Amino acid sequence: MAEWQVGEELPVLRVTPDKFLTVRYAGASGDFNPIHIDEEFARAVGLPGRILHGLYSMAQVARALTEAAGGPQALRRLSVQFRGMGLPEHEIEVEATVREANDGQVIVDTVARQGENAIIRHAEAELEV
Amino acid sequence: MPVNTDSIGKTYPPSVYAVGREKVREYAYAVGETNPLYLDVEAARSAGHADVVAPPMFAVVYSAPAVGPAVLDPEVGINLALMVHGSQEFRWGPLVIAGDEITTTASVKDITERDGRAYYVFESVSVNQTGETVCTGTWTNIVRGG
Repeated sequence: MAEWQVGEELPVLRVTPDKFLTVRYAGASGDFNPIHIDEEFARAVGLPGRILHGLYSMAQVARALTEAAGGPQALRRLSVQFRGMGLPEHEIEVEATVREANDGQVIVDTVARQGENAIIRHAEAELEV
Repeated sequence: MPVNTDSIGKTYPPSVYAVGREKVREYAYAVGETNPLYLDVEAARSAGHADVVAPPMFAVVYSAPAVGPAVLDPEVGINLALMVHGSQEFRWGPLVIAGDEITTTASVKDITERDGRAYYVFESVSVNQTGETVCTGTWTNIVRGG
């Protein structure tokens, strides 16, 4: 369990979404936008191929934080900006650092990357620990 | 082209979502969750919950049916071909449990233009069957070229 001191880095979450992850996430979430599930469509609109759902990537940030905090009730607020496009079959790394900690109220800065490509940045979370 | 801001403040009819155990488990597996609270009824009950707990980001599932019609509303006038999901915020209240009924109301919070991009901001407020606000979402879509 994290100590929740300012500057502390939480355990890094690493996950590699497999080739069919976007299809399973589309079914689970109800977002069937073809840029996520149809390779030909995605290329036709100028993308490198099917891209991850931004909200899937955000869910990886939420998972890293709730796992570090010991459960879902700890996560009070999460705000993210979607940037570079995430791709299936590339490892995602979620890194989180404690920015403020006051009496069990913790603010954490988080980024999610695939290699050099930050797919979520300026993610700010409020935790009750 | 200046953006049309007439629909700021517009509120849409609420949508009701019944949270099902297998839907929570399907979502939890899809995003790689391993916490037994989300997956195992017995584990959830031992922790004092009536059924499996929805992961926080399951908010996407119960609030999207309310937000979708707002994003697609011709009066708002988003050019979907040029739209990207720019940012997202959720604030959570009490946990959502399988068996809950969540009522979500969406509204157009703001429409602005900066640097040739239009920012469409929607808000969703989700309330459970006992009237507690379980989640407030702020959804920002950016349209390139206005």
